[in-house]
Amino acid sequence: MNTDRREFLARGTHLLLLTGAAQLAWDAVARGEPLAAPNYETADHWWAMAIDVEKCIGCGNCVRACKEENDVPREPYYFRTWVERYHVPNGDVEHPEVDSPNGGMDGFPEKYRPGDGSKSFFVPKLCNHCAHSPCVQVCPVGATFESPDGVVLVDKTYCLGCRYCVQACPYGCRFIDPRSSTVDKCSLCYHRITRGLTTACCETCPTEARMLGDLKNPKDPIHDFLRTHKVQVLKPQMATGSKTYYNGLDGSVR
Amino acid sequence: MRRVFGHADHLFRVAGLFLVGLLAFALVRSALVPAGFGRFGHYRAGALADARARPLAFAGRAACVECHQDAADAAKGSGHAKVHCEACHGALAAHAGDPTGHKAVRPDPLVVCVRCHQANVARPASFPQKDRAEHSGDEPCTTCHVAHHPAMGGEEAKKP
Repeated sequence: MNTDRREFLARGTHLLLLTGAAQLAWDAVARGEPLAAPNYETADHWWAMAIDVEKCIGCGNCVRACKEENDVPREPYYFRTWVERYHVPNGDVEHPEVDSPNGGMDGFPEKYRPGDGSKSFFVPKLCNHCAHSPCVQVCPVGATFESPDGVVLVDKTYCLGCRYCVQACPYGCRFIDPRSSTVDKCSLCYHRITRGLTTACCETCPTEARMLGDLKNPKDPIHDFLRTHKVQVLKPQMATGSKTYYNGLDGSVR
Repeated sequence: MRRVFGHADHLFRVAGLFLVGLLAFALVRSALVPAGFGRFGHYRAGALADARARPLAFAGRAACVECHQDAADAAKGSGHAKVHCEACHGALAAHAGDPTGHKAVRPDPLVVCVRCHQANVARPASFPQKDRAEHSGDEPCTTCHVAHHPAMGGEEAKKP
């Protein structure tokens, strides 16, 4: 076997650092080429996202990275993920002031003073990848669906652009792509996670406020996170089966 | 009996029309419903492969470290140890695939550092943050700090 030292070291690093899927797909991953992950079995995965509100610093890295990775229109108003700033005056959780300038893409210019008796914090939002998605239930043609590995995806070639799903999503996670007049939304970077990489937002989050997790993988750190934190999903009363778990979620967040 | 089947022609005509309609429906349906529809659920099975086919923009930390282990080592033990490379350096899958053809651009500290570390009431209080105007003005952060290991010891400190 003709293996020089450099190649041996590179392969060794792959074995140590990468998951099985990423090792097999590595050459294509390194070239930045699309590739159907050869040994990815949808039945072996059940994807979820954990978000630690207490770690989010509102830098907007996730929003910019998502737009770049997924070719989301650069103008504001089109987001697969965005960050909201909540300002809750003196414990009045019923009336928070919420803003999200450009979805947090350009950061959050300071507009509150410290010590004014209120609290403020950032909440990243994205598709909740519900197990019982209202958006999937209303699609008249089967253009949006829950994949066998728990990701809500859109079939752009099949979407009519009827907008039912945009209205049905209780979390406001869908938009109509102005270029194709079809719906678009977070795909949980399906092209990345099926190759053993993490999502673009998790890749660029500097504080690990976002954590992609595979609930079917018993070794995934998300299990530890869910066990050791008091987590909540958004709008639990709607029984959407949301798989985006928030730690430190304030009662004012809708 | 004759009276019952006396007008059987009508029945055969209706049955014939029904069969023709059924055949037409089957033909049109097979032409319109895409292959693989319904294999996993009420959707086109090929849509899964379509979703996977997108090219990468972010290479991922493992790809960076393959060549730039020194940079990862430099961050060890610092507040930036767990920050992935492309959080500051931007999407570099093109560079990872063709390191000579696509050069990475050095990020501007006045833009990149400030994104995270500009003081903001909504940021967690434990996160290190400074008001840039007050702290350093227009001086680049890297004059005093090392980007990969952000304690003091930047370019100023390196001068003899």
